[in-house]
Amino acid sequence: MFVYEPWEEKRGAEIIAEHLHLEGPTLVILHALQEAFGYVPEPAIPMIAEALNLSRAEVHGVFTFYHDFRHKPAGKHVLKLCRAEACQAAGGDALAARAEAKLGIAIGNTTPDELVTLEPIYCLGLCATAPSAMLDGRLVGRLDEKRLDALVAEAQR
Amino acid sequence: MKMRIFVPRDAAAISVGADEVALAFEQAAEKRDLPINIIRNGSRGLLWLEPMVEVATLKGRVAYGPVTPADVPSLLDAMASDGPHPLRHGLTEEIPWLKRQTRLTFARCGITDPRSVDDYRAHDGCKGLERALTLTSDAILADVTISGLRGRGGAGFPTGIKWKTVAQTGADQKYIVCNADEGDSGTFADRMIMEGDPFVVIEGMTIAGITVGATKGYIYIRSEYPHAVDAMNAAITASRSAGYLGSDICGSKRAFDLEVRVGAGAYVCGEETSLLESLEGRRGLVRAKPPLPAHKGLFGKPTVINNVLSFAAIPFILAGGAKAYADFGMGRSRGTMPIQLAGNVKFGGLFETAFGITLGELVDDVAGGTFTGRPVRAVQVGGPLGAYFPRALFDTPFDYEAFAARDGLIGHAGIVIFDDTVDMSKQARFAMEFCAVESCGKCTPCRIGSTRGVETIDKIRAGERVEQNLAVVEDLCNTMKYGSLCALGGFTPYPVMSALKHFREDFSPAPKSLQAAE
Repeated sequence: MFVYEPWEEKRGAEIIAEHLHLEGPTLVILHALQEAFGYVPEPAIPMIAEALNLSRAEVHGVFTFYHDFRHKPAGKHVLKLCRAEACQAAGGDALAARAEAKLGIAIGNTTPDELVTLEPIYCLGLCATAPSAMLDGRLVGRLDEKRLDALVAEAQR
Repeated sequence: MKMRIFVPRDAAAISVGADEVALAFEQAAEKRDLPINIIRNGSRGLLWLEPMVEVATLKGRVAYGPVTPADVPSLLDAMASDGPHPLRHGLTEEIPWLKRQTRLTFARCGITDPRSVDDYRAHDGCKGLERALTLTSDAILADVTISGLRGRGGAGFPTGIKWKTVAQTGADQKYIVCNADEGDSGTFADRMIMEGDPFVVIEGMTIAGITVGATKGYIYIRSEYPHAVDAMNAAITASRSAGYLGSDICGSKRAFDLEVRVGAGAYVCGEETSLLESLEGRRGLVRAKPPLPAHKGLFGKPTVINNVLSFAAIPFILAGGAKAYADFGMGRSRGTMPIQLAGNVKFGGLFETAFGITLGELVDDVAGGTFTGRPVRAVQVGGPLGAYFPRALFDTPFDYEAFAARDGLIGHAGIVIFDDTVDMSKQARFAMEFCAVESCGKCTPCRIGSTRGVETIDKIRAGERVEQNLAVVEDLCNTMKYGSLCALGGFTPYPVMSALKHFREDFSPAPKSLQAAE
């Protein structure tokens, strides 16, 4: 699991300021905020807009366009299952259904105890050692039922 | 002398335990008081053998794999005595799967230490750049043109022409952009080369910079590739320290520098104009062309935007290999292609070879068919926007035009193998669904057509007015193919139509699985 800082306006402003010298820094700033806080807090959007001389709508538009950026914190652990064709060919669909059943949630959701967020990912580039997954940034290939069960159990701890 | 042991740090190797194996070697060696030197190389691309560990011997490097931490003590014995071991594959270079390849772009991948400029130099690195610095822009362009190199991202546009256009466009600032948004399932060559030989990408981009007069380059890497991001950043820092990037490249007084930018999970950003929008910090909306990026690209400036593999092919070509490169291949597809064998595959991995090899040779002979041992029913070539090929078309040679003639594309050269349990109407539905999720929304055929496609295929799968709905799908595909702004909407019809054409039985009212149960 990752450890994040609680949102603080002053810290947010610092992070934004650190990247202002870059060309086209919006995505870089959004990434940096999410890295620090685990999501992109709503109050940060007008702050970015002001710093970059953009409208709030423009920054909000960028923030919502990309799958990576979170509106709220994820669960304590994030389990991403690759759902693309190479993993489908290697039995990924059945494993995804198994993970959903074990956690009692559909892909794209967080368990009610906020312990595990289960997400789809479209290709980790591990297509010859499929099916694959990523638990809190750690890659796992050649998934089978046993390895998946171990991953789910680890995420639930 | 210290024993030199190579344990890949490639993401695919790590996903199957390479880090744990490296740690086990360290601990076992310490316990035995055995001096060893562990080098975290890239992957050789024999991915079914990962983690594949190598040890340097007087005869060459010897390979063992797939290795688990539990194998390490017995492996150390076998390595020390050069004795037999169940996981031993002999000299790496002599492994037939590797030996039959023609590795020009991937010549160093898996051999060198991807963090070491010195190692890169010791293995013929930097020679292309050093020669390019002695040439005029026109002379470099001539070499790139002679090589016949075409854009390896999928579109296959001649690289020499693209560069020449940027070189001839006057501007105070120009850019080099590397498209490392390798989102196609079944492809991993960009990831492998960035993790295994990042310096070759840097060298290729630097050569592009001095050719067209650009001083700044960006590498846009997808966020799903954190290991590649780390590898490129480390290599850029090392290149700067060694004088290969910065204000005075190799003492030539010419400037070029690079920066890595990370994507944020949007597949469409692999489309070049969408990528440029994203780099500028905006929504990844596709731009209408013209203007071409070569005229108005990043921040409105003339921009060379190429795929990772296109840049990675350049150093060999500029090191005096233009003619040699062009001598490989067939028709208008010159040189070699790093082909990726994936999915339900027995011998999966990276296979670089000259254009012209047939699909059947690749699937049956090289890849060895399926991992499950069941018959191959379909292969998808070129990612989510590529066609599904049945066995009847396995005589198609790997060549841009030959694939186009059969309503397919080689794309980024990923081949995903499916066995006979695949339901092709489900795959067709997925293609539409993926397009619907990933559409940037700018053009209607892609945004709406894909959603209507999912709904209509669902009706067909439910047995509802099958013939009429099949006609609707075909009509939708035509609209998307000819009316979309970019390849996402324009090429989604390839997997859908190929599934319909070659596997019509899967779209009949009674699904295949039910027929089998009867």
